[in-house]
Amino acid sequence: MRLSCEVNGERYQIDGVWEGESLLYVLRERLGLYGSKNACEQGECGSCSVYLDGVLVCSCLVLAGQAEGRRIVTVEGISGGEGLHPVQEAFVEAGAVQCGFCTPGLIVATHDLLFRNPHPTDAEIREALAGNLCRCTGYEKILDAVRLAAERA
Amino acid sequence: MEFMQPLDWEEALEIKAAHPEARPIFGGTDVMVELNFGRERPEVLMDLTRVPELREWGEEDGRLRVGAGVTYTRIIEELKERLPGLAMASRTVGSPQIRNRGTVGGNLGTASPAGDALPPLYVSGAEVEVASVRGVRRIPVEEFVRGPKRNALREDELILSFLLPGARGPQQYAKIGPRNAMVIAVCSLGLALDPERRELGVCIGSAGPTPFRAREAEGFIRGVLEEGGLWESRSEIGESALARFGELVAGAARPISDVRGTAEYRRHAVAVLARRVLRWAWEEYREGR
Ligand SMILES: Cc1cc2nc3c(=O)[nH]c(=O)nc-3n(C[C@H](O)[C@H](O)[C@H](O)COP(=O)(O)OP(=O)(O)OC[C@H]3O[C@@H](n4cnc5c(N)ncnc54)[C@H](O)[C@@H]3O)c2cc1C
Ligand code: FES
Ligand code: FES
Repeated sequence: MRLSCEVNGERYQIDGVWEGESLLYVLRERLGLYGSKNACEQGECGSCSVYLDGVLVCSCLVLAGQAEGRRIVTVEGISGGEGLHPVQEAFVEAGAVQCGFCTPGLIVATHDLLFRNPHPTDAEIREALAGNLCRCTGYEKILDAVRLAAERA
Repeated sequence: MEFMQPLDWEEALEIKAAHPEARPIFGGTDVMVELNFGRERPEVLMDLTRVPELREWGEEDGRLRVGAGVTYTRIIEELKERLPGLAMASRTVGSPQIRNRGTVGGNLGTASPAGDALPPLYVSGAEVEVASVRGVRRIPVEEFVRGPKRNALREDELILSFLLPGARGPQQYAKIGPRNAMVIAVCSLGLALDPERRELGVCIGSAGPTPFRAREAEGFIRGVLEEGGLWESRSEIGESALARFGELVAGAARPISDVRGTAEYRRHAVAVLARRVLRWAWEEYREGR
């Protein structure tokens, strides 16, 4: 089938999409946007997090056809231009990135959190990021990065 | 595989009548897992997210009527005052990403005994509104959920909404799992007090083939509150009555042992949850909240 949608501000028409495939598959395998990661395909790890019409979702749990006519923003579109978004900078500076596999999802989820709640408490950060798993950092540096990004905003 | 995307309720019902095998999908948080792992290959997938009727909620004859496609995030944000028990349960579902997509309609569709939206519906005597081109049925939630992953939908029917009264008093929900987020309940418990009618509802989740009301325990505590004049005096419920209440709730549980916990652990945990949740709700009542 054909899918039309907007990704990071660009309009796409994608042919040959299989009816049962996920938005994550479309982003990675059809558009070559490898920022969103595929780790679990069952909503458990958050590494595929993107915005769908401004709402934070796991793209592995969105059926491609559900994105018809919708606006998607992936980690590649977060900064909105050249250079890094302040959330991305904070992750780099705080040492919140090791292997980096979880990072794109965490960037998008943190971006969403700080948009809704610019000065979250630690408990609120934990609740907001509960759906993003990291195997490397032990999360302390990630919490530091979120606090840093919040301070600067 | 075919993909269909009805734009309103009537069209959705017509598609379902013409293609009874069509698999509805809303938030996709259950359906997509099945698709991604190749456990299901429906001939027709029917996306219901464009159907406006499913995303609405409002009042109807003194009850709330909530569309099957209202997400957990919206229930928490928009219905926290009116449906505190369901909002509390919604907050325990998955993560923000899951709550932004997942719906009560999907939870009813899946009909898992661990479905977190179900106990709050049971304790409030909710009805599930289902429809087909043949007409509309309103089914008490206790009859709608038939068994693990089985519900009363006929092959041409879809879930439109659920109906229940707004909270008439304190409501609580608690769930046990290895961490605070992203867990399927080992067991759970919902409770609602109705001071005006001197009633209460207690429902156990994830400790039987379906959620179910603990009616004997409800009757016992109703008697305690009535005989002790506690509704009027708003004094504390005695420890022994709380303990007996916990025992009766645990006695009603029909847990199994599985990867998430043994039957014994579940029975014990249900008793603890029951005492705790009743105490919390009663404290709220005593403080006049
Ligand atoms: C990571 C993760 C964590 C989770 N955590 C929890 C949790 O903590 N607690 C919990 O209870 N659940 C949890 N779930 C399961 C799931 O999120 C819930 O069951 C949710 O309510 C499903 O809603 P949905 O809209 O996404 O349903 P979908 O996946 O779209 O559909 C679920 C079922 O309902 C049917 N259906 C949907 N809408 C309709 C309709 N209008 N009419 C008829 N049938 C319909 C579908 O055909 C399907 O059988 C989790 C899932 C994931 C992936
Ligand atoms: S790949 Fe989507 S949540 Fe893990
Ligand atoms: S940095 Fe490796 S998984 Fe998070």
